[in-house]
Amino acid sequence: MATETHDAAHAAAEAGHAAAESAGMPQLDFSTFPNQIFWLVVTLVVIYLILSRVALPRIGGILAERKGAITSDLTAAEELKAKAEEAEKAYQKALADARAEAQRIAAETRAEIQAELHAAMEQADAQIAAKAAESEKAIAEIRASALESIEAVATDTAAELVAALGGKPDGVADAVAARMKG
Amino acid sequence: MASETHAADQGGLVFHPMDQFKVTPLFGDGQIDWYTPTNVTLWMGLAVLAIIGLLVLSTSRRAIVPSRMQSIAELTYGFIYKMVEDICGKEGAKYFPYIMTLFMFIVTANFLGLLPYAFTTTSHIAVTAVMALAVFLGVTILGFVLHGVGFLGMFWVSSAPLPLRPVLAIIEIISYFVRPVSHSIRLAGNMMAGHAVIKVFAAFAPMITISVGVGLVVTPLSILAITAIYALETLVAFIQAYVFTILTCVYLKDALHPHH
Repeated sequence: MATETHDAAHAAAEAGHAAAESAGMPQLDFSTFPNQIFWLVVTLVVIYLILSRVALPRIGGILAERKGAITSDLTAAEELKAKAEEAEKAYQKALADARAEAQRIAAETRAEIQAELHAAMEQADAQIAAKAAESEKAIAEIRASALESIEAVATDTAAELVAALGGKPDGVADAVAARMKG
Repeated sequence: MASETHAADQGGLVFHPMDQFKVTPLFGDGQIDWYTPTNVTLWMGLAVLAIIGLLVLSTSRRAIVPSRMQSIAELTYGFIYKMVEDICGKEGAKYFPYIMTLFMFIVTANFLGLLPYAFTTTSHIAVTAVMALAVFLGVTILGFVLHGVGFLGMFWVSSAPLPLRPVLAIIEIISYFVRPVSHSIRLAGNMMAGHAVIKVFAAFAPMITISVGVGLVVTPLSILAITAIYALETLVAFIQAYVFTILTCVYLKDALHPHH
């Protein structure tokens, strides 16, 4: 870089030297001034007319239009967002309703089943109780008949024993009955 | 030419850094009258065409979603409009087309001047001085039209202590009249200097054809230097257009609001 700046300085000096040697700065050649000024004025007027008549109103219009479009788009977006929020709310409500309904149906069904179950169990209990009572009755009968049989057997056996021992079997039945009661 | 013989003495390197600024007739070799079509005409005409292409053709579709070229046109519009509005206030918007005209002319002329073999119209003091004087006279007349004699209050710094005010007034008046000079020379000088330096380095580039030993060092260095300065000049081309425009806005602000 140092060499470059050195070169530049050197070159600039050379340039100045060379320029001084030739006709000098063309910028200071006053004979060309009217020409340059004339064409400059023409150019500036043309540019001014192009800009003020066509370019600037058009670009300004485009920018304003875009600004308007963006504003209206933003408003539309806002509206859509509100709508979306509303829709979501409705959806959530529907969901909650459905859930409540489902719960209600489930509870109802559960209660129904419970009731049916209750009824069935009661019926079964009653049947069992009836069966048990019947059985008890049968057992009591059997027991009673067994007791009778025992009494008869005991009486007979006792009478036989008494007879075999050479006694009279009178009163044996009463004695057995008395024993059985005791 | 004298310079050529001189250059030949130096060992074959030809230095004509200022030849690129010569005003020459487009047709023939005659005298240059005020109406003669010259290279000034050509390059100013090209600037007009470039402006038409950039600001008119690119926006012809009026697209809501802009193309690249339309974006450039819109950015340029927004850039200058904001500058005028920021510096001059809302009242300045009236003068936006004039300022945009100046900016577009200078910026396109500067960039067209960077093309090889181009003629840089803005490197001529005649061109920049006319623009600077137009700004100076326009702003001064506008100031008097809007504020009458009150426009002179601009030179009377009422915030300074009373004894200092006459002195400040003289300084302010001198600086006011120096404005068009610095305004025009800044632009022309910048454009001329950079282009001349590029030309000088370009003259060093063929050194290798004269002396291989020296040329091996000098030729790559000069090409590198041309590249570097060209990049710098690209920046300068925009910055000088920007500076000219922003100064115009500042001067316009003085005419619109002379009491600081």
